[in-house]
Amino acid sequence: MTIRRRDFLKGIVAGTILASTGKPVPAAAERDDRMPAAAVGILYDATLCIGCQACMVACKKANDMEYEHSGPDEIWDNPRDLSSKTLNVIKKFQHGDGLTKDSDPGYAFVKRHCMHCVDPSCVSACPVSAMTKSPVNGVVNYNKKACIGCRYCQIACPFNIPKFEWDSPFPTIVKCQLCSHLLAKGGISACCSACPTGASLFGPVQELMVEAKRRLGMKPGVYYDFPVSNIAGGAGTGSFQSHKAATYVPELYGEDEVGGTQVLMLSGVPFDKLGLPELPDRSYAALSDGIQYAIYKGMVYPIVVLAGLIYMARKQDEPKK
Amino acid sequence: MSEAKPIGGRIFTWPFMACLAVVLIAVYFLAQRFIYGLGAVTNMNDGYPWGIWIAYDVVIGTALACGGYAMALLVYVFNRGEYHPLVRPAMMASMFGYTLAGVSVFFDIGRYWQGYNIFLPGFANFRSVLLEVALCIGTYVLVLWIEFAPAILEKLKADRLKARLNRIIFVFIALGVLLPTMHQSSLGTMMLAAGYKLSPLWQTGFLPLLFLVSALMIGYAVVIFESTISCVAFRRPLETDLLGRLAGVIPWILVIYLIIRIEDVNLRGYLPLAFSGDLRSNMFLLENTFLGLALLILLYPANRIKPRLLFLSAVFIMCGAGLYRINTYLVGFDPGNGWQYFPSVQEITITFAIIAAEIMAYIWFVKKLPVLADLKHA
Ligand code: SF4
Ligand code: SF4
Ligand code: SF4
Repeated sequence: MTIRRRDFLKGIVAGTILASTGKPVPAAAERDDRMPAAAVGILYDATLCIGCQACMVACKKANDMEYEHSGPDEIWDNPRDLSSKTLNVIKKFQHGDGLTKDSDPGYAFVKRHCMHCVDPSCVSACPVSAMTKSPVNGVVNYNKKACIGCRYCQIACPFNIPKFEWDSPFPTIVKCQLCSHLLAKGGISACCSACPTGASLFGPVQELMVEAKRRLGMKPGVYYDFPVSNIAGGAGTGSFQSHKAATYVPELYGEDEVGGTQVLMLSGVPFDKLGLPELPDRSYAALSDGIQYAIYKGMVYPIVVLAGLIYMARKQDEPKK
Repeated sequence: MSEAKPIGGRIFTWPFMACLAVVLIAVYFLAQRFIYGLGAVTNMNDGYPWGIWIAYDVVIGTALACGGYAMALLVYVFNRGEYHPLVRPAMMASMFGYTLAGVSVFFDIGRYWQGYNIFLPGFANFRSVLLEVALCIGTYVLVLWIEFAPAILEKLKADRLKARLNRIIFVFIALGVLLPTMHQSSLGTMMLAAGYKLSPLWQTGFLPLLFLVSALMIGYAVVIFESTISCVAFRRPLETDLLGRLAGVIPWILVIYLIIRIEDVNLRGYLPLAFSGDLRSNMFLLENTFLGLALLILLYPANRIKPRLLFLSAVFIMCGAGLYRINTYLVGFDPGNGWQYFPSVQEITITFAIIAAEIMAYIWFVKKLPVLADLKHA
């Protein structure tokens, strides 16, 4: 049974109203959850992806990650999914004859890594601010010096992105940080540098959004120019390639999902087939801390209640003195 | 304070030794956990990052330790002084329950050596539900020890200190009601963040309310359960009259809980899901059947003074409300992608060891400290 998101929200809202003693919760708990103006991200266009996995190799190298084998007899590095050793993975969807690319029945590729949510649940969830969203470029970073290893971020992330080092006595959480170390030096994410077709395209989110909308308006089968590596031409390779436009699913994944994500996706097959869940327009974290906020705002309710309790406890205790 | 006296007797009885054995085995597994990592002894994984150490040890463990909270609420807020003899043993069980839940968190968190970051304002994220839960539980453990301190001071014959503490104890009693109200409901709020990963049979905005009410339910059930057990184990007459009256409170709570629980699922249109016959739906039915049976028993006042039925109803409530919590944290949780979780032998052993440690502490304390009401004077 799939989750009907309207109903889900209805339930949440009903409970929220109740929990906040009759008053509806202020929108988004008065938090500023807009995207930073200079937010950067990635536009992944599954229809351009040829499944070469160059991005996976580049990601391993750029982030000093161990190679991973799916079984003891495997010669090549071939992680099946994200893990504490793999920040980025190309997966293949296959259905029916599996012959036609970007159609169902047929096959398609999908790239998975952190979506760098606009209102990230992992950041809301983390009790010790080990997950932070950069106020400058919106990248969601992890700080192991703060992390206590509680793994609430894993529960909270709707994309199951943060991974934990289960086999280490001194484990950390591992996730894509949009190659923050490369961005700091004025570079772009390694996966986008490596992508030969422009399927992984780096750039300012606003520009990526415009580019994605342009692609959604393309006539299938007609040739168009597609930017490669970095949409802000010049900074990266700044080159273009000509491709035949595919038949896109008329949706930009990440535009609204859980309040928007800085990683955006286009595809020829429905996103849920690629393992990307159908999500409400507001982050789950915003809903839960909406309730928290309503009850604990300025600690007013708790303090009033405490005062009442002290009074009552004192009265009960009195006769016995 | 009502008259309470240590009951005395040998400490190293066979139940005590059996518990000790379980604890020793668990120490061996724990050593492995700290040397090789969590993956070496647990079946937790990236899909199920929380296993029974959170779902049972903390989420159910603290609920089972809500006897002190439930009794304090009754005695101090609803002004029912007659239940006073039940307060101290309940408080003590709560103290152990919460302390050990706190300890088990340190086995569970990956970067335990930085665990104190939770208490450093520089790191605090006040939007995090988990932060609130952790701070509240941490403070409450402290409050419970202070509330229980008079019993220890009595034993130490530190009368001056005891008198001084007694003068301000009402502040801690009040905190002892406020803090569990906060974190028990927040334990429910916590799973809201799981969003679609939690089945709609459990995922609802009513989570905080249902968790709070279920904590109270378990709290009263545990008081009945523990009183009965300790009367049988230590061969003391049963406080049936008092417990029977206490049991009169429970049907009200049960009715409120069941109405909200079922109506919430129904209004959201997911009730048919409860009859789909899979594991999740059956667990939903089981959880509520237990509570329904308890209600059936306790609805009749005549049943409340029959020790066997009373005890049975307490067990039903603990099972039903306990299942509700484990279902919310584990059974109803499905991260997708084919992930599975069932606790490993080592995980289960360590959980049992925590229960065993609690029983050992309980035996030691009631024999050595003035906890249980002195029946000759009562
Ligand atoms: S995808 Fe997950 S890990 Fe990445 S920012 Fe969003 S919530 Fe955090
Ligand atoms: S595991 Fe670390 S990063 Fe994740 S929520 Fe816990 S403290 Fe934060
Ligand atoms: S942005 Fe960097 S860390 Fe993230 S997937 Fe691409 S290469 Fe890997």
